[in-house]
Amino acid sequence: MTAAALAIGAVLACACALFVALPFLREPDPVEDRLDEPGALEKRALELAEEKDRALAALKELEFDHRTGKISDEDYRELIGPLRLRVAEALRALEPQAESTEERVRAPS
Amino acid sequence: MPELGRAALVLCLGLALYALVAGGYAAATRKRRLARSAQNAIFAVFASSVVAAIVLLAALLRHDFSFTYVAEHTSRRLPTPYTISAFWGGQEGSLLLWLLILTGLSALAIALARRTAADLVAWVVPVLALVASFFAFMLVAVSSPFATQVAPADGAGLNPSLQNPYMMIHPPCLYLGYVGLTIPFAFAMGALLARRTDELWIVVTRRWTLVAWTALGVGQLLGAHWAYVEVGWGGYYAWDPVENAALMPWLAATAFLHSVMIQEKRGMLKVWNVLLVTLAFCLSLFGTFLTRSGVVSSIHSFTQSPLGGWFLGFICLIAIGSLALILNRLPLLRSKTRMESLVSREATFLYNNLLLVALSLTILWGVIFPILTEAVRGEQITVSAPYYNFFLRIFGLPLLLLMGLGPLVAWRRASLRSLGRSFAWPAGIALAVGIVLLLLGAGSSWIGLLAYTFSAFVLGSIGYEFVRGTRARRALTGGPWLAAFSELVARNRRRYGGYIVHAAVVLLAIGVVGSSAYDKVSEQTLSAGESMSIGHYGLTYDRLVRQQGPNDTEFRAVLDVRKDGSRIGTLQSGKNSYPAEQQTSNEVGIRTDYLTGEDLFVITDQINPNGTIAFKVLVKPLVNLIWLAGFVFLIGSLVALWPSAVEQRRLADRYRELRVYARA
Repeated sequence: MTAAALAIGAVLACACALFVALPFLREPDPVEDRLDEPGALEKRALELAEEKDRALAALKELEFDHRTGKISDEDYRELIGPLRLRVAEALRALEPQAESTEERVRAPS
Repeated sequence: MPELGRAALVLCLGLALYALVAGGYAAATRKRRLARSAQNAIFAVFASSVVAAIVLLAALLRHDFSFTYVAEHTSRRLPTPYTISAFWGGQEGSLLLWLLILTGLSALAIALARRTAADLVAWVVPVLALVASFFAFMLVAVSSPFATQVAPADGAGLNPSLQNPYMMIHPPCLYLGYVGLTIPFAFAMGALLARRTDELWIVVTRRWTLVAWTALGVGQLLGAHWAYVEVGWGGYYAWDPVENAALMPWLAATAFLHSVMIQEKRGMLKVWNVLLVTLAFCLSLFGTFLTRSGVVSSIHSFTQSPLGGWFLGFICLIAIGSLALILNRLPLLRSKTRMESLVSREATFLYNNLLLVALSLTILWGVIFPILTEAVRGEQITVSAPYYNFFLRIFGLPLLLLMGLGPLVAWRRASLRSLGRSFAWPAGIALAVGIVLLLLGAGSSWIGLLAYTFSAFVLGSIGYEFVRGTRARRALTGGPWLAAFSELVARNRRRYGGYIVHAAVVLLAIGVVGSSAYDKVSEQTLSAGESMSIGHYGLTYDRLVRQQGPNDTEFRAVLDVRKDGSRIGTLQSGKNSYPAEQQTSNEVGIRTDYLTGEDLFVITDQINPNGTIAFKVLVKPLVNLIWLAGFVFLIGSLVALWPSAVEQRRLADRYRELRVYARA
């Protein structure tokens, strides 16, 4: 039983070692071995995309709350303007042709 | 095959350490192949832990008493289901279960996220590997389930209180909850290490957190029902340190599930969220420490063990390391938006967070106080139920009220005008219920009356939200009410799933208050033919029956039960005697009235040699609402968990836009 156990253990260890080494065995000499990471531009884009989603969600929420009666007409009129402006700004900032990428990276959030 | 088990665990440790070191180095130096290799190591740790688990399970099923663990926790006559559950019935086995679930969840989380969040996963791997290394080390060096001995003829058997069907599911469910909290913690730390302050870690771990939180919640309710039917003292929650150990991370995770919505909706509370997810994870480690160290006296701490110091050291390492990282990344986590009003949905979430964390920390103080007094003064001063009950009322009642207020308040800010309109119906319902209850005599417990009034308010506000939402949807799309209702829930599963969970919490509160503030107790010793009464019930002790079970001798007192003078049947209550374990267990008799949710609960305290029996009888009004709450909780969680096509599309759009933007 001990010999069988040790044999199974050895097979398991070899299989694990092989699996762990697989990325190196598959690509022994890769052209590029660098892990992708978002650059400043992508991070800024993600920030803007999140801001756009937040603004759109807030707008939808406000519309729905108004329709259900949770928000009065007066409150709705007061809140809708700034929210629409935020959505428009977020969409404009994400528009690829709106401004040069350099400017967008430098743009304050 | 203990050698294979030991070899598999050593392999787990080696692979986890490799994933920790290689993964950390790869993430820091951005080496793609090495990062992938570290990820593969996590998959391999899972495979090795599966092998170790199979070895232990096979030894249990084969009654191989040369394994010390098998001999200490099973016997030949132990029924097979309990032989399987003995896997987690002892310390070593439950640590192996921790490792198995941890590595399984880690592998799954990495497999699911490594395409969409490759750079984040590179940092998540060493964090997960650190936790896996700790548990693998404990199993290899401190508490191995594969220790061997000369096999005795029979084993010592399993603790009788663990020989209950609930033990098949309650511990694995709790462990899934404890361990599941590792995933959001690892992604939060991964995001900080990668200096990513966007929402990706929240998007990736949203469902993981919900799954862990649901498992922890369901696991606790299963444990409460186990205590109710098995431990035989007439209750379901005793503020036992180990029960508290599961409640604390659940409360912290509840706070996190609410506050994370503020980050998603408003981009606020980034620091608070990483602190909460760290707190929840540390408390889940603390829960395991309490269960397994035997450092505090508890019905769940089945053994004193050498694990305590190791666990405490690891918890300190995680807490200090996480706090240092959060402090280091503080400038990145600063929010650019501010709370606009103290009367808004986000403000109610914040109040709820403060109350949940305060309740969690108050319970933590009660749990560690005996340990501290023993360390400082040499004597253990335990904190008992009145302390916890006091703080449960102080924090729990406002929390209950907030559950009703929150849904009625709009995001950003709400005017008095809007609030008045939203509050009118739920407040009216609550007031009416309060007055009716007062007239019915519920004023004997003002806490009970207040809790029921608040509960009515919450149910009123949830119902009102569903009605208003369905009406608004129907006005938009037309069609039947049911279709509008389904569409309403389908379009915002998290919100309406959350409301269903709130309804479950209200049912739980009603059940707890009813069964504790308005219960009745009577104790009496009866001879055959004698009767006793309690509330509208009458009981007559008829006879004592003895029968042989698979590994026990069962004694049952048979009682005739009457309600309001009419016979409604018989009820059996007694004790089981386990010769292998040399222990007895209480086997309570319960008669449930499904219409009112009330239980008649009979405990056979003592079977006397002269044939008399000492009975303790309880009437527990509304107690079954607690178990019903469990089902409603699960339904609500599943609704919230169910993937939403709209949400998936929105996230896909977000990351597609990102690529378009980056290319421009």
